[in-house]
Amino acid sequence: MFTQTPLVRRKQRNEIIAKWIFGAMAVAMVVPLLLIIFHLVSRAWPLLSWDFLVTNPVGGMRRGGVWSAFLGTIYLVVMSLCISAPIGVLAAVYLNEYARDSWFTRIINLAVVNLAGVPSIVHALFGLGAFVIFAGMGRSILAASLTLAIMTLPVIIASTKESLAAVPVSFREACWNVGASRWQTIRRIVLPNSISGILTGVILQVSRTAGETAPIMFTGAVFFKKIPEGDLFAYNLRDQCMALSMHLYTVTTQVTNAPEALPYAIAVILLATVLFANALSISLRVYLRSRKKW
Amino acid sequence: MTDAAPALSIETQDLSLWYGKFQALKNVSMGIKNGLITSLIGPSGCGKTTLLRCFNRVNERYGYVTTKGEIRILQKNIYDPDISLIELRKSVGMVFQRPNPLPLSIYENIVFGLRIHAEGKLGKGHTDEVVEKSLREVGLWDDLKDRLKGRATGLQLEQQQKLCIARLLPLKPEVILMDEPCSALDVEGTRAIEELMWELRGRYTILIVTHNMAQARRSSDESIFMLMGELIEHSRTEDLFLNPVDPRTAEYIEGRYG
Ligand SMILES: Nc1ncnc2c1ncn2[C@@H]1O[C@H](COP(=O)(O)OP(=O)(O)O)[C@@H](O)[C@H]1O
Ligand SMILES: [Mg+2]
Repeated sequence: MFTQTPLVRRKQRNEIIAKWIFGAMAVAMVVPLLLIIFHLVSRAWPLLSWDFLVTNPVGGMRRGGVWSAFLGTIYLVVMSLCISAPIGVLAAVYLNEYARDSWFTRIINLAVVNLAGVPSIVHALFGLGAFVIFAGMGRSILAASLTLAIMTLPVIIASTKESLAAVPVSFREACWNVGASRWQTIRRIVLPNSISGILTGVILQVSRTAGETAPIMFTGAVFFKKIPEGDLFAYNLRDQCMALSMHLYTVTTQVTNAPEALPYAIAVILLATVLFANALSISLRVYLRSRKKW
Repeated sequence: MTDAAPALSIETQDLSLWYGKFQALKNVSMGIKNGLITSLIGPSGCGKTTLLRCFNRVNERYGYVTTKGEIRILQKNIYDPDISLIELRKSVGMVFQRPNPLPLSIYENIVFGLRIHAEGKLGKGHTDEVVEKSLREVGLWDDLKDRLKGRATGLQLEQQQKLCIARLLPLKPEVILMDEPCSALDVEGTRAIEELMWELRGRYTILIVTHNMAQARRSSDESIFMLMGELIEHSRTEDLFLNPVDPRTAEYIEGRYG
C-alpha cells in the first residue's frame, strides 16, 4: 500500500527536471538585463553627473552633456502619447463596448492587428509623406510626434481592448439589468475596473517612442541643435529637435574621437528615462489595483 | 376597465424566438399571475433562460436573434415602439445563476440603480434610507449594517445573491425574474433564498427558473413545464406535480429526462 511504483518515481524525476529547466530559463531572462545595465553604467561612469544631463553637447558633440537631446526626447514622447493615448483609448472603447460584430468592425480589428506589426521605418516613410510633405508641417516636433503616434496607436488600441475585455461580462449584465445605458456602464463600471491595465499599456509605449530612431530621423529630429539650458519650454513644436536615440546613433557612427564613455552615458540616460516611466507605471498599477473592489 | 391591478403581470401570445436558424421558443402562450411565484421547469436546453430573457429584452443584444409574437407586461406590449428599454428594465429585474454583485461597496451596489436613473445628485439621507429599507427587505440588514462600505464581492455567495435581489428593490420593480438563483448555493443558502421569495411574494411577481423539482414544489404557487422550446403544461403547482395532464410532464416529474 502506498509504496512508490517505478512509474511514480519516473514522474517525480521528470517533475524535478522540469522545475530546474523552467527555473533556469527564468534566470536566463534576468541575467542579460542585469549584465547590460552593469556594463553600461560601469563604462559610462566617468561621465555620469547631473551636469551631463542639463548641459548642451559642445565641441562637435564630443564634450558637454545631452540636455537638448534629453528634452527633445521628452517632447516627442509626451506629444506623441498625448495624441495617440486619447484616440487609441476611445477607439478601443468603441470597438469593445459599442461596435457590433460586422464586416466593418472585423476589418478595423484586422487593420489594428496588422498595423501593430508594421516596421517603424515604414511608419517613418508614411510620416514623411503625409505630415512633413503633404500636410506641409515640414520637419518638426509636430510631424515627428504625429508619426510616433501613428506607430503607437494600434498597440494602444490592442492593449486597451484587452484590458476592457478582462472586465467580466457579468458586471455589464448587472448594469444593463437595472437599466443602465452603455455609457453609464462604461463610465461607472468598465473604465474604473480596467484603468490600471489601460494606463500600463499606454505607459509601456513610452519606451518604444523614446527608443525608436527611424520614425523621427526623417520627420523631425536633427543631429545637433543648441537650446537654452535649464528652460523646459526651449523647443517650439514647429522646430526640429534632438533626441536621445538619434544622438546615440550620431555619436557612435558620425563623430570621431568622442570620449569612450560618451555613447554609454547617453545610453544610460535613455535607459534611465525609460525605466523611470516603467517604474511609474508599475507603481500606478499597484496603487490602482489596491483600490479595486474585486 | 377598472384601475385595479391586472390579474396577469406577464402575458405572451404565440411567442417564438430563433437564434439564427435554430428555433429556441415555439409558439409559447401563457399568463403569469400577479403577485404569485411561478416556477419554470424543464430539462436543460429547453429554453427557460431564453424565455426569461425575453421579458426584459436582453436577448436582443445578440444581433442574430429574431422574435415573433407578443409579450405584454402589465398589459403593455413591450415591443411597442414607444417602449423605453431603460424603463422596462427598471420594472423587470433579473437575478442570475451566479450572483453578480458589482465591484463596488455594498452600499453603492444597492443605490446603483437609483444613481443611474437620478437626474442630479442624491441626498445622503435619502440613499441611507433606501439602503436600510432594501437590506431589511432581504434580511441582510442586521448582518451587514456595520460594513456597508465593504466590498460586495467579498460576501458569502448567499449574501451576494440576496444583495443582488436587494439591488433591484429601490427601483420598485413589478416583476422579478430569477434564473436558477440557487444553483451556486449550498442547502442553507438555497433555503434562505426560498424563504426570501416567500417574504417578497405578493409585493412582486416572481418568475423563477429551476431544475430542482423539489424547489419548484416547495416554493411556487404555479408551475410551468417546458420541453424543447414548447410550453407543455401550466397549472397550480400541486396539480402539476400530483395530477399532470400531459404524459410528457409526468415522465419528466418521474425523472425520465435529464
Ligand atoms: N446565445 C445563444 N446563441 C445560440 N443558441 C443559444 C443561445 N442561448 C441559448 N441557445 C440555445 O437555445 C436553447 C435553449 O437554451 P436556454 O434557454 O439556455 O435553455 P435552458 O435555460 O432551459 O437550459 C439551447 O438549445 C441553447 O443551445
Ligand atoms: Mg438556463
